Amino acid sequence: MPTKKTIQLSHGGGGKEMDQLIHDVFFKAFDNPILTAQEDAAKLNMCGHIAFTTDSFTVSPLFFAGGDIGKLAIAGTVNDLAMMAAQPEYLSCSFIIEEGFPLADLTTIVNSMATELRKSGARIVCGDTKVVPKGCADGLFINTSGVGRILIPDISARNLQVSDAIIVSRDIGRHGAAILMARDGLSLESELYSDCDTLWPIIEQLLAANIKMHAMRDATRGGLSAVLNEWAKASQVGINVEEASIPICDEVKGLCELFGFEPFDLANEGTFVMALPMDIAQAAIEVMQRYGHCEHAAIIGQVTASHPGKVVLQTPWGSSRYLDLPQGELLPRIC
Amino acid sequence: MMTLNDFYQGFRDPQTIGHLATLIAQQAAKTNQQINIMEVCGGHTHTIMKYGLLQLLPTNIRFIHGPGCPVCVMPKERIDHAATLASQADTILVTLGDMIRVPGSMGSLAQFRSRGCDIRPIYDPLDTLVIAQDNPHKTVIFFAIGFETSAPMTAALLAQAEALHIDNLLFHINHVLVPPAIDAVMSDSRAQVNAFIGPAHVSVISGSKIYQSTVDKYQTPVVVSGFEPVDVMESILRIVTQKVAGKAELDNQYSRSVSYEGNLAAQQLVDKYFMVRDSFRWRGLGPIAKSALTLRPEYHHRDAERIYAKILPTAEIDDHKACMCGDILRGLANPKECKVFGRGCSPQTPLGSCMVSSEGACNAYYRYGEVINAN
Repeated sequence: MPTKKTIQLSHGGGGKEMDQLIHDVFFKAFDNPILTAQEDAAKLNMCGHIAFTTDSFTVSPLFFAGGDIGKLAIAGTVNDLAMMAAQPEYLSCSFIIEEGFPLADLTTIVNSMATELRKSGARIVCGDTKVVPKGCADGLFINTSGVGRILIPDISARNLQVSDAIIVSRDIGRHGAAILMARDGLSLESELYSDCDTLWPIIEQLLAANIKMHAMRDATRGGLSAVLNEWAKASQVGINVEEASIPICDEVKGLCELFGFEPFDLANEGTFVMALPMDIAQAAIEVMQRYGHCEHAAIIGQVTASHPGKVVLQTPWGSSRYLDLPQGELLPRIC
Repeated sequence: MMTLNDFYQGFRDPQTIGHLATLIAQQAAKTNQQINIMEVCGGHTHTIMKYGLLQLLPTNIRFIHGPGCPVCVMPKERIDHAATLASQADTILVTLGDMIRVPGSMGSLAQFRSRGCDIRPIYDPLDTLVIAQDNPHKTVIFFAIGFETSAPMTAALLAQAEALHIDNLLFHINHVLVPPAIDAVMSDSRAQVNAFIGPAHVSVISGSKIYQSTVDKYQTPVVVSGFEPVDVMESILRIVTQKVAGKAELDNQYSRSVSYEGNLAAQQLVDKYFMVRDSFRWRGLGPIAKSALTLRPEYHHRDAERIYAKILPTAEIDDHKACMCGDILRGLANPKECKVFGRGCSPQTPLGSCMVSSEGACNAYYRYGEVINAN
């Protein structure tokens, strides 16, 4: 009886099967001389200030509209480097695979990682594979770490200046909403897809245009609310945002209405927030829109000296309220 | 084809909201009386706070938050029931939304889940059917909560379970009713409410008629209201207009979904499976006669409360002494009057469920605050 090839415990045993998996799947996709040298550690050539980051990825489902766990694992780590104005160069990659995981799915995910790597030019130079017995993991977990060369220093959450403009690179909440739809099997007719993407090409364009930003952060878990609150606290400034200026697509708005969520709290995986002097904000928007495929990039607010540590959302009808950090797990409202 | 956005798009129009604010101010200026509006439903509390509507209103209009949050009114012993049921071997406890965050005396359902209990939050009660079908060797218990709004969904789930002979699905019923709670609030001699915004979702099912007795008995206007900012502002205008004219009438602002009689098919479905309980203890309000539903005798074979009666705790458990949720639910206190608000009691470490529930008044105050002169 023909059966689908799946990951066996032996694929993590350090023997022939593991060697075959590494060569046929990982080396094939991530091919580069540092990796395939197969030394105990990768030999790197770097100088100057280096940014170093790590992240683990556990998403359910593994495949979603607009991406998969592999794309997420590359984009996530590359973006963490990009947000420090660091050119992503070398990544490590560790897989924890559940016994019985389809080999075809693993290959698809690894190829997706390779495609995403090409957007920034970063390379996977070392890695690790573990296979755990069935039931000990939810399909597949990936950890990626990355290093990159910092091109301009002083970008920091503590570096916001009063009167800085706050820019968001595109419409918010897509990733969280797409995962929610995929996870709950919502049978809504929707073309909603995740924003999951590598941000380095946009950042590279901004740096090339000599845009000097004070802070950047990708609005991942916790969404826009989390980034702005973290910044307000870290820099001890207030942030005012105009609700009407924040780009949100109709599908995300609709889903939030249905579940009682706020789009500001939903995760993004290819959307970033930037603080920079107001007098260069429009120039930054133009660069982002023209070269970065950020058609909806917008100035959404301004840093202020009042209410330090707090984010205030101005409604379109003249009232205002705090935009607080999201709390606890996101659960749908009851009625 | 209609999209979700069509349901709210016109109801957040800044010009309309501004115009309504002007009309409310004009009407309110005609009277010296304080207008104390109780928004019975936590959904309205959140609309008022989230959209900053209070800032648009004259000072003689005041909001008093009511007992209409299904999570907030659940006494601790009922949450302990859920935790006890979830702790049984080969059992899956299913419930709605943020019920799992509310603290019982032994911890919240989220804490029990982290200890290994199989507890699943769902959005649609009918998802429970699939869980029961997928786990034929386990007992699946639906911990049903909510007002008149969600009772038909529980009834529909029960109807499906009966029709498909899914015998491993049981129910723990905690459906409560709005009118007896309003009576409980108003029967307190300290009550200050002199107008009501009526919960619209409840009236979609039960009709606006269920508030007629409130209007007649207490001579207070009741305006059944939608949840969008324009809905709430228009309802406030209608209330103020009534107060200025010295009227007390039942009015239906949410006529796009609510009729006087309500959804008769849903009412029949509820009547088929449920009957009114003699009494139900509400958190903060105490026992209220005829204020909740229970399964009819012919469905006792599905009633987890009866089947597990021997192991379910029976003692009544009051809130922490410092917690003022009781007064807040009775409309006698504002969340910020509570000494532990934002200190000993926050959404991360709640003392009372009004702080943890996404429809709770304390949660709304904590989350959105009251931003005056933010600029």
